[in-house]
Amino acid sequence: MNKLRFPLCLRALFLTAVAGISGISMAQEPVRIGFMDPLSGAFASVGTSGLKQIQFAADYLFNSRGGILGGRMIEIVPLDNQQSPTETQIQFRRAVSEELRIIFQGNSSAVANALNSAVSRHNRRNPGQEVLQINYSAVDPILTEENCSFWHFRFDAHAVMKLNILTDYIAMNPDVKSVYIIGQDYSFGQVVSDTSIALLQEKRPDIEIVGNEFHPIGQVKDFTPYVTKIVSSGADAVITGNFGADMVSLARSIIDNGLDIPVYTFYAAYDGITATLGADGKNKIRLIHNETSNPIPTEERKEFIRAFKAANPNNDVTQPRITNALAMVVAAMEQTQSTDPYDIALALEDMRYTTLSGEEIWMRGEDHQIFQSLHISVHTDEGIEFDADNSGFGLFSEYHVPAEETIVPTSCRMRRPSR
Amino acid sequence: MLEVFIFATLNGLVTGLLLFMLASGLTLIFSMMGVLNFAHASFYMLGAYCAYSISTYLGFWPGLIFAPLIVGVLGAFVERYGLRRVHLSGHVAELVFTFGLAFLIEEAVQFFWGPDTKNYRSPEILDFPLFTLFGQEFPAYRGFMIGISVMIFIGLYMLLTRSRVGIIIQAAITHPHTVANLGHNVPFIFMGVFGVGTALAALAGVIAGPVLTTFPGMAMVLGSIVFVIVVVGGLGSLAGAFIASLLIGLLQSYAIASDVGMPDLLNLLGLEFDRNHPLTDLWTLMLPQIAPILPFLLLVLVLIFRPTGLLGKREQ
Repeated sequence: MNKLRFPLCLRALFLTAVAGISGISMAQEPVRIGFMDPLSGAFASVGTSGLKQIQFAADYLFNSRGGILGGRMIEIVPLDNQQSPTETQIQFRRAVSEELRIIFQGNSSAVANALNSAVSRHNRRNPGQEVLQINYSAVDPILTEENCSFWHFRFDAHAVMKLNILTDYIAMNPDVKSVYIIGQDYSFGQVVSDTSIALLQEKRPDIEIVGNEFHPIGQVKDFTPYVTKIVSSGADAVITGNFGADMVSLARSIIDNGLDIPVYTFYAAYDGITATLGADGKNKIRLIHNETSNPIPTEERKEFIRAFKAANPNNDVTQPRITNALAMVVAAMEQTQSTDPYDIALALEDMRYTTLSGEEIWMRGEDHQIFQSLHISVHTDEGIEFDADNSGFGLFSEYHVPAEETIVPTSCRMRRPSR
Repeated sequence: MLEVFIFATLNGLVTGLLLFMLASGLTLIFSMMGVLNFAHASFYMLGAYCAYSISTYLGFWPGLIFAPLIVGVLGAFVERYGLRRVHLSGHVAELVFTFGLAFLIEEAVQFFWGPDTKNYRSPEILDFPLFTLFGQEFPAYRGFMIGISVMIFIGLYMLLTRSRVGIIIQAAITHPHTVANLGHNVPFIFMGVFGVGTALAALAGVIAGPVLTTFPGMAMVLGSIVFVIVVVGGLGSLAGAFIASLLIGLLQSYAIASDVGMPDLLNLLGLEFDRNHPLTDLWTLMLPQIAPILPFLLLVLVLIFRPTGLLGKREQ
C-alpha cells in the first residue's frame, strides 16, 4: 500500500500540473461573440452605436473584472451587414468560417428573419457546430411565433407587446378622437398598422382611424406631402414604427409644418434624432421602450451610464437591452461552464435575471421571448439627468407597465433539436 | 380637396425645384464631358455637411455662401487632378472613377462628421409660417427654398443664353475643337463647369439639409432620382431637366396626396378578389404606397417609348 501511495501522489501532482497548464492556456483563449449590424453605409449610425455599447458592456462588466469562465476574456467581432439581407448571408458564412458560435443582431426585422432562416438551416445541416442568434432589437412578432426557433432568443419586447401598451396609453387620453398611422412598407410596418387598428378598435371603438399610410423604406426624400395629408385628415395623434432617417424626416416635417399633435413612436430618440428634434419636439414625441430612461432607478446603472459616457462622449447608452442580453448569455455560460450554443440555449430558457436597473426579467422558454417592464417616455428637457446626443434633451419616462402585464400568449411550436 | 391639391402642388414645386438644382449641374457636366457623374449627389451631401459645420460657428447665412464655394473649388480640383487624367483612359474609366468617388465621399463624411444625423437648423429668422391656408401652415423656409431655386434657374438660363461666357460654354459643348482653335482654354472651361455644377449641388444641399435632414444616407436617397430626371428630361438638355424635375416633383406629391389604388380600379372594372387571393398584396396596392417609386416607372416608360428623353437631341 505504501508503495502505491507515492506514485499515486505523484500522479495526482502531475495531473493537477497538467490541468493547471491547460487551464492557463484555456484562459488565454477568448470567448468570441459576433456582432452583426450595419457598420457602414446609410444605416451605420445605429449599428456603430450598438457595437460601442456591447464592447463597453463586455469590458466594463466582465473583462475588467477578470473575464468569464475562470479568466477568459470576451472578444466582440464586428460583422458589417449594411442592413441588407443579402449581405447578412455573406457575413453569416464569414462568421461560420471564423467559428463564431454566438451572433448578436438587432437592426431590421427583415435582416433578423433572413438570419433566423440561415441559422436554422446551418444548424440542421451541421450538428455539433450550431450557431446561436441573439436578437436584441428586431421586433417582428413572427420571430417568436410562426418562425420561432430553438436557436433564436429575443431580448426586446415585440411589436404586438409594445402596441398593446401603447394603445392602452392612447385609449386613456380622452382628447384623442382620431388617429393617423404611417409606416414603412415592410413586415414590421405592416404589423404596427394592423395591430394598432385591431387594438384601438377593441379598446376605444370611438377612435376613428383617419389614415393608414405606407411608404417605401428609406426612399422618401421629403415627408411634407404626407404631413399635409395628416393635417387635412384632422388627426389628433400619429402612430409610427419608422426608424432611422425615415423617423427623423417624418418628425422634422411634422414639426416644421406646425402640426401640434402627439406622435407615438418606437424609435424617435438618440443617434442624432434627439438633437435634431430639439426644443421643437418637446412634449410632442413619445416612445415605447424597455428600461426607464429618466429617472434611472439604481445607482449601479447610473454608474454604468457615466462610465460609458466617459469612454464614448459622443454616444449614449441607447439600448440597455444589449447589456442585458450579453449579461444573460454570460450567466448561461457560467451556469453550464460551457460556450456551446446548445448548453447556453438550454440555460437561457426560463432564466430569470436581475438587470442593472434592479429589475428581474424573464426569458420565456416556450418561444424565447424576454419579458420585462415597458415604459412610455416623452421627449423633453425637464427632469433629464441623462440626456441624449449631449443636447440637454432626453427621454422622461412617464408611464410604467410591470412585466407581468406585458405578457401575451404565443403560437410558437418550437422544434427542439434532439441531443 | 382643394387644400390638398394646393399644398400638394406647393410641395411638389419645392421638391421639383430642389431636384432641378442638382440635375442642372449633372446635365451640364454630362453634355460637356459625356460622362455621368455618379458622385454628383455626394457633392450635394458635402454641401449640407460643410454648411452645417459653418453654421455651428457663424450661423446659417455664411454657410449658404461659403459651403457652395468650398465644394465648388473641391469639385474643380476633382476635375483637374482626377477626372481629366482618367479621361485619357476613356469613358468607362471615368464612370468607374466617379462611382468610386461617391463611396469615398460617403465614407469620408462618416469619418469626419460621424454616422449620426446632424442637427442642422434653418435660420430662426425664417422660422414662421409664410401663410396659413385651410388650417395648414406653409413654412417660410419652404418659400425661401422656392425663391432660391427659381433665382438659380433664371440666373443659369441668363448666363447660358445671354452672356459671352454662356455662348463659349455652349459652343464648347458642341464644337470643342473649334472653340479651342479660336483661342479659348477649353480644359479650363470644363473645369469651371464642373466646379459650378458641384457648387450648385452643394447649394441644393445647403438649403435642403435643414428640411430633409443631414445624414450620411442623404446622397443615396437623392442620387438615383437625379439620374432619373436627367434621363427623362433628355441627357444634356437643361430645359428638359427643368421640366422633368417639376414633373417628378409634382408626380410624387400628387400621388401621395391621392387616395386611389388598385381597389378603385377593380371597382371600376367590376372585379372582386377575396383577401386570400395569392396576389392580394397587388389587389390592395394604393397609389401613395408606391409614390416614391413612380419616377423609376416613368424612367422605364420613357426609355421604352422615347429613349432620347423628353427634350433630348442626342442621336443614337
